[in-house]
Amino acid sequence: MPLPDAEALCAELVKELRSVVTPETAMVGIHTGGAWLAERLHRELGLKLPLGRLDISFYRDDYHKSGLHKSVKASQIPFEVDGRRILLVDDVLYTGRTVRAAMNELFDYGRPESIALVALVDRGERQLPICAQYCGATHAVPKGAMLRLHRDDRGKLALRLDDA
Amino acid sequence: MKLHIKNGRLVDPKNGVDRPVDLFIAEGRVAGFGSPPKGFGADRVIDANGLVVAPGLVDLAARLREPGFEYKATLESEMLAAVAGGVTSLACPPDTDPPLDEPGLVEMLKRRAASLNLARVYPVGALTAKLEGERLTEMAELRDHGCVAFSQADVPLHDTQLLWRALQYAATFGFPVWLRPQDPYLAKGGVAHDGEVATRLGLPGIPAFAETIALGAILALVRVTGTRVHLCRLSAADSVEMVRAAKREGLAVTCDIAAHHLHLSDMDLGYFDAHAHVVPPFRSQRDRDRLRAGLADGTIDAVCSDHTPVDEDAKQLPFGESEPGTTGLELLLPLTLKWSRESRLPLPVALARVTSEPARILGVDAGHLAVGAPADVCIFDPESYFKVAPATLRSQGKNTPFLGYELPGVVRYTLVAGEVRHEGRG
Amino acid sequence: MHNPQLNAKGELAHLLTLEGLPREIIVNILDTATSFVGVTEREVKKVPLLRGKSVFNLFFENSTRTRTTFEIAAKRLSADVINLNINTSATQKGERLLDTVDNLSAMHADMFVVRHAQSGAAHMIARHVGPERHVINAGDGRHAHPTQGLLDAYTIRHYKHDFGGLSVAIVGDILHSRVARSLIHVLNILGTPDVRVIGPQTLMPAGVESLGVRVCHDMRQGLAGVDVVVMLRLQSERMRGPLLPSAQEFFKYYGLTPDKLAAAKPDAIVMHPGPMNRGIEIDSAVADGPRSVILPQVTFGIAVRMAVMSILGGS
Repeated sequence: MPLPDAEALCAELVKELRSVVTPETAMVGIHTGGAWLAERLHRELGLKLPLGRLDISFYRDDYHKSGLHKSVKASQIPFEVDGRRILLVDDVLYTGRTVRAAMNELFDYGRPESIALVALVDRGERQLPICAQYCGATHAVPKGAMLRLHRDDRGKLALRLDDA
Repeated sequence: MKLHIKNGRLVDPKNGVDRPVDLFIAEGRVAGFGSPPKGFGADRVIDANGLVVAPGLVDLAARLREPGFEYKATLESEMLAAVAGGVTSLACPPDTDPPLDEPGLVEMLKRRAASLNLARVYPVGALTAKLEGERLTEMAELRDHGCVAFSQADVPLHDTQLLWRALQYAATFGFPVWLRPQDPYLAKGGVAHDGEVATRLGLPGIPAFAETIALGAILALVRVTGTRVHLCRLSAADSVEMVRAAKREGLAVTCDIAAHHLHLSDMDLGYFDAHAHVVPPFRSQRDRDRLRAGLADGTIDAVCSDHTPVDEDAKQLPFGESEPGTTGLELLLPLTLKWSRESRLPLPVALARVTSEPARILGVDAGHLAVGAPADVCIFDPESYFKVAPATLRSQGKNTPFLGYELPGVVRYTLVAGEVRHEGRG
Repeated sequence: MHNPQLNAKGELAHLLTLEGLPREIIVNILDTATSFVGVTEREVKKVPLLRGKSVFNLFFENSTRTRTTFEIAAKRLSADVINLNINTSATQKGERLLDTVDNLSAMHADMFVVRHAQSGAAHMIARHVGPERHVINAGDGRHAHPTQGLLDAYTIRHYKHDFGGLSVAIVGDILHSRVARSLIHVLNILGTPDVRVIGPQTLMPAGVESLGVRVCHDMRQGLAGVDVVVMLRLQSERMRGPLLPSAQEFFKYYGLTPDKLAAAKPDAIVMHPGPMNRGIEIDSAVADGPRSVILPQVTFGIAVRMAVMSILGGS
């Protein structure tokens, strides 16, 4: 089955979210694909609050097996988390562990009023009770492959199937 | 016991012998060469085919750790190590506990060693009482009880006045004084050669001039007292130069180096390997190279093991806290052979440094195999290799920076006074 | 020779010295530290990386400052921290150093932070515990203080960005300084073209140039045009004796005062590993002045130590 068109999905999400966002809405993208997607959504939706970015390296549950990832990026949350309604953005929703780590990290910044998950693609195979409130498309991925979001020099988003 | 050693290559540096010839031993002495003496009926024949038949090695410094340090090693274990290494005569330094400053202690040591019937032990007496550097010992008395020379071992002498008087006193009787040149103030606190390696490792250093300054003082005193001085364990290139000049001048000085200094330098400290913690310290590669050349041209008369067994607990400490010293009796021959091969020296020249030369310095009839000489013999295989490992070392001291090395020269038989005291594995 | 700090996969298993470490490993530590600076600036200063792990501070040499920063760093990684101040003479009378280490390993210590008066102590302990337990050298004799070298490099990178064109001067008792040695190594690995050591001859170790530095005995000449000035602490026991005659004369010729600092570049930064001896190696006007980055060094120190622990803990 052909991969979904990332740009098209992005446009659909923008349409869906436009009726939901307010001047107080905060958006946080999970590095790296989620941050790219969030940058696009943040711009297109014209959100007032600056964009937050999370690197979940320090919250992953596979640290003891795989060690600390190389090239850890700094997390930046440039707004008060307490009492905030947050849109958490990731590119591909899979086992749910990345989102779990991101939520744990967000709670170390403060106590949000709510967190809603925005995902470009849901590939299923969840290992935790996590779901996306706003989702572009579902797409099954063959075993042993990784579905990733890529961004070219001109900022164009595209989904690709890479080997694990 | 009448022994016939056949098919061996006899190498006797003192008498200029290096040829295949059979050796005959009777009543503890060399009885003849080539063909058996009249009426000789061998009790045992040793086939030394492919082996070198040399005088038993004479080691100028081997610590036997008795009395006082029995937890590190005992006379039995170390004497067995000696004959396993082909060493048939050894001098032991006076730094036992208590130090060898009383005739009674010397007598006891000699009697204990003799009763073991292994290598011959020549005690070196303390130069000062308790080695404390304040009072002279009764050198004449100690000499009568068997001391061959007098020394401070590694204990520094602070008082130059005392050093002068000690040399004068010894010269009165013609006694040799053995000294390791080290200025105690310049060496204080140091544990490694003061150079780039010590700077990198952050180890307090002992500069080379701690040795040469003390050596200059000793040579100046020898000039006025005429004492027979033997300089122990030189480590610096400049020291070799100074000895060369002193000998040219006609001073009656001799000197030795430790076998491990022939091969290693401060680079071999690696990542703080306490097995490389020795005194004097391993110095630079340039120093090592000059020591090698000095031993080759005879400026340095002899090489010894400086055998110092140290228990593992005393080595398993941070470098600066670890006890210095390396086990060496069983490595003296292999390390000498390795050096001689690398320096492309004829075997007799190399073997002289561990046989006839140290015997001359000790002033004993050893280190050679003329007819009538004591039958102290070392028969070794120059083509076999000895793997240095705790299991292959007989000494209780397994502390050596050469662990894991494969060194040339496996001793097959060691004879002392014509009796086989060591028979190696085939 | 096999680098005892790296495991079979080439990952950092111990941090014993900066000497001989691949550049990538050092840059990785500094980059990771940047993320941790962010963590230390937010409300919840913890991350769960080392939760359930035990970090044992084995200090054979007293140091409340360094021990505290390691403790803070470990706790911010959610590790359990146990402090052992072992009086060296007690160890000599009683338990063998390696027996102490074995006992602690039996109590499931995951990481040892070791400070010892003898050079090579951390290496010895690392050799003994193997790569599964991690050893961080918090200072061994004169030899190395790698986390200090890293936080100094981090500080310089923060203010000066690129090591490629930098001039760095290290002033004071180089002979006894593990801080100086570690800093010199990391500066060389990161490609600093001009590293100078400044001090009297009595405080210079033998062959120090071989470490990759230029020696200056005149402070004003040595500071000419430098971008970074690192002042070393002068221990009081060194101040009168065979090495130096007095603190006053040392301050006059080698103490950092505003007028000596004027020889450096106008935007040069001033660093000090602490604790400072005001009026002996550094004048208060400079220590509290606009070029001093001494306090930020402390903050960066916690982030750097968090980075080191988290990288070791995952290998």
